[in-house]
Amino acid sequence: MPTHLENENTLVADARAGNGDAFAALLSQYDTRLFRLALRITGNQQDAADALQEALLKAFRGLVGFRGDSRFYTWIVRIVLNEGLIKLRERRRDLMVSLNEPIQTDDDSFMPREIEDWGDNPEQRYSKTEFDAILNQNLDQLEPTLRIVFLLRDVEGFSIEETARMLGLSIPAVKTRLLRARLKLRERLTKYFKQGARL
Amino acid sequence: MTCEGLIRKLSEILDGELDPALAEELTRHLQHCEDCSLVVNTTRKTIEMYCNSEPAPLPDEVRRQIDRALAEKLERSSS
Repeated sequence: MPTHLENENTLVADARAGNGDAFAALLSQYDTRLFRLALRITGNQQDAADALQEALLKAFRGLVGFRGDSRFYTWIVRIVLNEGLIKLRERRRDLMVSLNEPIQTDDDSFMPREIEDWGDNPEQRYSKTEFDAILNQNLDQLEPTLRIVFLLRDVEGFSIEETARMLGLSIPAVKTRLLRARLKLRERLTKYFKQGARL
Repeated sequence: MTCEGLIRKLSEILDGELDPALAEELTRHLQHCEDCSLVVNTTRKTIEMYCNSEPAPLPDEVRRQIDRALAEKLERSSS
């Protein structure tokens, strides 16, 4: 029986030859994850839908150039990421969204202030809808430069090196942003999940 | 090892990327520093929560919009 990767390689080869059904079958494995990524980058459902649609059209056109030296998912994530960033920049020009803006590393503003025990399973104090809203709202409020690194590394599971390549950042820059993102999210979530926050 | 020193190494702790000598030093710090232990545990929990949150299904309307766009593209490229 062919493995998942062998199946994927066959579908990629067929899609490169112009087989639309093969391309659709490839996407069906990932479209929900890709939409979640686009949604979390743009923070807006219509922008996410537009970014995903544009990315998939570009992916289909560019499939000939996909050399197979990375996984198909890694390749297509990079395209969705770029389209998501374009949408984000269009909507939030005021923020001058730039992934390359420097992050101060010598201050102590990242030091935790909210230090509280969350207890066991703090998520069970909320309904699933409330819990998802807490996670999404706090992620959306994170600066894009931090949010995108966190999404790629911690949610999508790419390595530090892959994340750095995708974003055109140095490895130390990715590490600094990741630490900031993790600590900021922790700080914000503590308000909801500390013991006694909701009984 | 100070608390600030530990926080600067937090990602390496969570990702299991510490060299053994430093890991021992940090473990000793965590054994007597409740605040740092809480920060390590709640940051780990933060990452788990986001990793484990299931994506909402692609809305039907978005799927239809994308299917239509791709079908048009295919039609154009085959004609």
